[in-house]
Amino acid sequence: MTSVLYDVPGPRAVRRNRILGAITVLVVLAVLGFIGYRLYVSGQFEASKWSLFTFTLVWQQIGEALVNTLAAFALAAVLSIVLGLVLAIGRLSDHRWLRIPVAAITEILRAIPVLVLMMLLYYGLPTVGVKMSPYWSVVLALMAYNGSVLAEVFRAGIQALPRGQSEAGYAIGLRKASVMRLILFPQAVRTMLPVIVAQLVVTMKDTALGFIITYPELLYLAKLFSTQPGRPILQSAFIIGGIYIVMCLILSGVAKYLEVRTRRSSKSRQPVAPAIAGDAATLTERIAVQKGSERRL
Amino acid sequence: MDAIFGNLDLWGSALLYTLIVFVAGGVIALVLGVIVGAMRVSSVPIARAVGTLYVNLVRNTPLTLVFFFFVFGYPQLGLPRLSNLVLAILAIGIYTATYVAEVLRAGINTVPVGQAEAARAIGLPFGQVMTLVILPQAFRSVVPPMMSVFIALLKNTTVAAGFSIPELAALRATINESHTRPGTPMEVLLWVAAIFVILVLLLSWVQNRLEKRWRVMR
Repeated sequence: MTSVLYDVPGPRAVRRNRILGAITVLVVLAVLGFIGYRLYVSGQFEASKWSLFTFTLVWQQIGEALVNTLAAFALAAVLSIVLGLVLAIGRLSDHRWLRIPVAAITEILRAIPVLVLMMLLYYGLPTVGVKMSPYWSVVLALMAYNGSVLAEVFRAGIQALPRGQSEAGYAIGLRKASVMRLILFPQAVRTMLPVIVAQLVVTMKDTALGFIITYPELLYLAKLFSTQPGRPILQSAFIIGGIYIVMCLILSGVAKYLEVRTRRSSKSRQPVAPAIAGDAATLTERIAVQKGSERRL
Repeated sequence: MDAIFGNLDLWGSALLYTLIVFVAGGVIALVLGVIVGAMRVSSVPIARAVGTLYVNLVRNTPLTLVFFFFVFGYPQLGLPRLSNLVLAILAIGIYTATYVAEVLRAGINTVPVGQAEAARAIGLPFGQVMTLVILPQAFRSVVPPMMSVFIALLKNTTVAAGFSIPELAALRATINESHTRPGTPMEVLLWVAAIFVILVLLLSWVQNRLEKRWRVMR
């Protein structure tokens, strides 16, 4: 689309583009240079600030924190997919007594900020006599939130399928459960896979919230390091932040790859309905949907 | 109910802080997001590359980490002191700007190719193609997802509670650490959750209204 908006640049446009490009580069370099200069002036590059990261023990701690982060992420990812399936099936049910409560639960879980959910589990539950470890608070809060978002993703995926799919299923004598399991879900999951993985990136990013309720994950460790000699808070933020960003980039890369592959494969060419309601921390689904509809036009 | 009426002063200021972070962060996100979104569809390859890099980098950074850099990192640079509130607003604004930029780009991409082709065919220059043909149509499909970005922004303001901004999610600590104020953590947090549910439902309702009014008929 963007390439339709302008011609292949002629000599004048090339010159103008070069000038604009040079200005962009200058502005970016100026901002980066200024930050670099301030880092240098305030002595952030001095060896004493970085010496902490020459110890093996420190890297062992980082490794442990990384394992903690990944443990919370992995369990939360699996549980949220399961919860998402359950809620999606409930919301697609033919029975009103099941559909309406499930819809209400999904909407409410999606409306509560993840951090408030975590706090409810970690600080709130002990008042009613249930002790909750930080690990389970993080996992359950992420499960509840991402599960409800994924439920909407699954539902949108199923509703976007042509009616003929389920009708054909009923016509050959399958029951509701079999139609869902054998016909609708495999197709919906295939079209929605990029969105599901993109939601897992959100899950991964949100594990960092565990830092606020004292779950000893990577960011918590970064804060802990700032009390060490030299107070290397920026340095630990750079290293830990780098780890986070690389992990999320890898996962986003997988989502991107799946999206490109889905778009190419001929089996899933039905357009996705551009009507996924409501919010999502990322909007990835909206964007994915809109990318999908772009093809159609 | 005691948790509300016994601490009415605190709830008022907490809600105010949440709204300040929300509105100020939203304004920064909109301004920066429009700039970055424009860069991502511009005809200047370098600007596109810079925009893409910014969006990909920040979108793959946890918001908590962005806050960490701003609230804990910035004071290390020896620049003029800024209050935590300002730093938190900057952090959330810069984070949300990437989502605004993506929504804008996706919105421009939903306008059928034929529209741009037709506008080009009748000889409109780039500026007029954008302002007269593309953007008015893109605006309609941008509004609903943009509201979703703002709903997410509202919920993300809670992260500021972890960085000593006295907003809604931080109320639990304030109330429970003073021994004279009524309310258990559970009560306070349930009320906070209820307030967020109400605010989010309100925004979703506005979103649905706008979506109905501006639905694109194609």
